[in-house]
Amino acid sequence: MKTSHIKFYQTGTYTVGNRLLSDADRSVQSTMERTNSLNSGHRACQGCGEALGARYAIDAAMRATGNRLIAANATGCLEVFSTPYPETSWQIPWIHSLFGNTAAVATGVAAALKVQGRDNTRVVAQGGDGGTTDIGFGCLSGMFERNDDVLYICYDNEAYMNTGVQRSSATPPAARTATTQAVGRSPGNVFGQGKNVPLIAMAHEIPYVATASVADVRDLEDKVTKAMAISGARYVHILVPCPLGWGSAPHDTIKLARLAIESGLFPVFEAEHGEITGRRHIRRQVPVEDYLRPQKRFAHLFKPVLQTDRLAALQAVADRNIRRFDLLEREDQV
Amino acid sequence: MKKPFAITLDVGSSLANLTGSWRTERPVYLDRLPPCNATCAAGEDIQQWLFHAEEGAYETAWRVLMHDNPLPAVMGRVCYHPCESACNRGRLDESVGINSVERFLGDQALKEGWQIAPGADTGKRVMVVGSGPAGLSAAYHLRRLGHAVTVFEAQSAAGGMMRYGIPQYRLPRDVLDGEIARIVDMGVELRVDAEVSDLVATMQADGFDACFLGVGAQIGRRAYIPAGDANRITDAVSVLHGMAGDDKPLLGRRVVVYGGGNTAVDVARTARRLGAEESIIVYRRTADKMPAHAGEVEEAVEEGVKLKWLTTIKAAESETITVEKMELDDAGFPQPTGEFEVMPADSVVLALGQDVDTQMLEGLDLEMEHGSVKVDAGMMTDHAGVFAGGDMVDGERTVTVAIGHGKKAARAIDAWLRGTVYQVAPKNELATYERLNTWYYSDAEKTVRPVLDLIRRQSTFDEVRGGLDEGNALYEARRCLSCGNCFECDTCYGVCPDNAVIKLGPGKRFRFNYDYCKGCGLCVAECPCGAIKMVPEAV
Ligand SMILES: Cc1cc2nc3c(=O)[nH]c(=O)nc-3n(C[C@H](O)[C@H](O)[C@H](O)COP(=O)(O)OP(=O)(O)OC[C@H]3O[C@@H](n4cnc5c(N)ncnc54)[C@H](O)[C@@H]3O)c2cc1C
Ligand SMILES: Cc1ncc(C[n+]2csc(CCOP(=O)(O)OP(=O)(O)O)c2C)c(N)n1
Ligand code: SF4
Ligand code: SF4
Ligand SMILES: [Mg+2]
Repeated sequence: MKTSHIKFYQTGTYTVGNRLLSDADRSVQSTMERTNSLNSGHRACQGCGEALGARYAIDAAMRATGNRLIAANATGCLEVFSTPYPETSWQIPWIHSLFGNTAAVATGVAAALKVQGRDNTRVVAQGGDGGTTDIGFGCLSGMFERNDDVLYICYDNEAYMNTGVQRSSATPPAARTATTQAVGRSPGNVFGQGKNVPLIAMAHEIPYVATASVADVRDLEDKVTKAMAISGARYVHILVPCPLGWGSAPHDTIKLARLAIESGLFPVFEAEHGEITGRRHIRRQVPVEDYLRPQKRFAHLFKPVLQTDRLAALQAVADRNIRRFDLLEREDQV
Repeated sequence: MKKPFAITLDVGSSLANLTGSWRTERPVYLDRLPPCNATCAAGEDIQQWLFHAEEGAYETAWRVLMHDNPLPAVMGRVCYHPCESACNRGRLDESVGINSVERFLGDQALKEGWQIAPGADTGKRVMVVGSGPAGLSAAYHLRRLGHAVTVFEAQSAAGGMMRYGIPQYRLPRDVLDGEIARIVDMGVELRVDAEVSDLVATMQADGFDACFLGVGAQIGRRAYIPAGDANRITDAVSVLHGMAGDDKPLLGRRVVVYGGGNTAVDVARTARRLGAEESIIVYRRTADKMPAHAGEVEEAVEEGVKLKWLTTIKAAESETITVEKMELDDAGFPQPTGEFEVMPADSVVLALGQDVDTQMLEGLDLEMEHGSVKVDAGMMTDHAGVFAGGDMVDGERTVTVAIGHGKKAARAIDAWLRGTVYQVAPKNELATYERLNTWYYSDAEKTVRPVLDLIRRQSTFDEVRGGLDEGNALYEARRCLSCGNCFECDTCYGVCPDNAVIKLGPGKRFRFNYDYCKGCGLCVAECPCGAIKMVPEAV
């Protein structure tokens, strides 16, 4: 992550661009030449984190491969809002698979390219958390296990948004969804369920696994770029807030991703061959409450009565992440 | 065209779908007024010149600065920099060292010999009385506007209080000379030893079309102190004025300065440098009520100047003075206690403020108010064509205010000469701290200017404060948050999920593509400096 070491006093490297940096050190998103792989006119909601995350990731992959890229896309918002027949927002070769088989389709594309001797064209597979952590999980695990030459990108908005916000195995505890209503004695999604797919991907010992978010475009681009320099199976898991499903203001999309990271609820790290090699340290730590309050899916934690025990349980999740992924910068690391 | 199996339509682009129609609010770019600019009495566009300095484009930065202020090297030393107190970065870590960057740019210009060209000749002639900061600023701005300018100065050198008041250890005279020379080089005629006694007559005799008065407040205020030997009581203005000549004032070993303003501090520090073993400031109120700036008082104390609060001088005898202790009443005013004390003192310097000399103005019959000349919003007195500014009009008495007055008056004179009325451009809304998204700025501390070795400072008149070098000036400039003004960080361009922000290229900023902007407001929320706002769509 070379860019995060350059310290510009005016802006740090937190802004998308920096006119004081040399061209080579600038982010893809700050350039006039970025491909805008996902073009304007798509039908994503106002402030959609998934649309943003997809453009960040695919533009970076395009630059990394010299624009020789093919994408397979699972069913879900990203696919639906970008390609109502016969229109498309994609400015790259793109194929819609089924909901659950994107990893397998991408594997097939990669295999076909190999047979044709077109080694210089690379393949990404992309899907939502439902398509990845639930229904597409078998195909994904197979792709990992065979170490197929595919970068799989999961856009995690923590539920099945496209069909009306149903719970997935990536939905956080306490969150209200259409299938985990805020009723009964433990309203919202239950505690202690779900799975952590980045850790499962690591268990396959594939060359590269990383998490990222729309709150830090440089980090996201660096990881995609790094992934494209590696062959074999790679997995990047990107947190993409969804205003509709989370009940948040469209202008808060990036702020929420930032707070998820700064609270410790969403650990940002990278791993090679099953071992963690880097983490993005928390910069301005916040209590989980700061992250939860602006989202209507957590409203029942605050109204009609403050659910202190549930907030404490969520804080414990964050605290465990901080410990487990070593998210606080220690004096000796500065 | 033959289509593949099951395909009936040609591939289209989503660009056909104008999602801008979803919008109920639209983002618009704007420039907000940064707090530094808002507080600068000289009206500098600080944020803008810092913007250029950040790139290392020092000459461009200096030229932007010179648009408002002809004396940056002087100001970088003597300005009390209210801009820094207002600076938003102060709430993040420490305010930007604006004043030191200004000084760096000013010094760089003198070193490189950068010049300013006068404006195209208008054929009009303006008379300026007084060559203090007000007069010099007016002359400079009038030349930029193309008018012929003649400055009349009673003293034998230009500069006003910058030469005859402010001590050298704060403002070296070669710096002042350099900046005055640059103004003269623009074609300003400077007449020294030319006291104006009859304004109307001089104006008529030389055929001037308008006049700017910047004669300052030259008369040191006296207080009645019964004294056996009246010679030992003098005033601050005369003492400091005396420092300009070869015969330095003789104050003795024990000097008492009476007053609590900056001038009192300057005299006390000057006395130390002239060899006084004891230099005591006597002030009738308490430290926190002292009008002098805390930084200056601090430096004076470091140099061995002593302070005596809640004390008034009752009488001066040979070699001693009698003082009375005061105490604050409930309203916070000092009241006599009847307790007296005798202190040794070889001389007493009164630093009780200055008054405007109204003698020269008598023939004009100008309207006065609280001892100052009354002016309108465009700095014009009630005598048409006669303008005034600086210490002689109401307001804070600083070099900065004087420079601001000179600029404003020059623009008003220009309008008046053209038969129009000067209109001050309406101010942009303020870029308050709340408008910023400070997440995007990393942390960096203010560079501290090196302070000369204490011992050297006590015995010589060398400059006390050093300047920044190029490395730390750049560092300091880059600490600016660019409050309210786009600094092309590309964040809006990056964060739009609909690619509805169009980047126009370096120096050209951005434009919204309202065909596709859905009005989510992410750009507004994430813009670090608050240069975008949402406005409701017309329905
Ligand atoms: C000791 C001291 C220290 C100060 N330190 C600071 C400081 O650190 N920072 C700061 O911002 N301010 C400082 N000030 C205040 C500042 O110097 C004044 O506010 C400022 O100089 C006022 O500018 P001016 O142009 O109005 O008047 P002046 O600077 O007083 O200039 C007026 C000029 O007009 C000339 N003149 C007067 N009458 C006539 C006439 N009839 N004909 C021709 N010429 C005439 C005078 O000779 C003089 O040169 C200080 C003041 C003093 C006394
Ligand atoms: C086999 C199958 N089952 C169900 C669906 C209906 N379906 C379409 S999109 C979707 C949810 C997608 O959720 P996720 O993968 O999280 O993507 P998101 O929309 O949240 O981005 C579902 C259930 C389908 N298309 N195919
Ligand atoms: S529902 Fe959520 S993920 Fe789907 S388009 Fe809307 S904001 Fe994006
Ligand atoms: S940060 Fe920059 S623009 Fe903002 S107040 Fe300070 S100097 Fe002015
Ligand atoms: Mg989802």
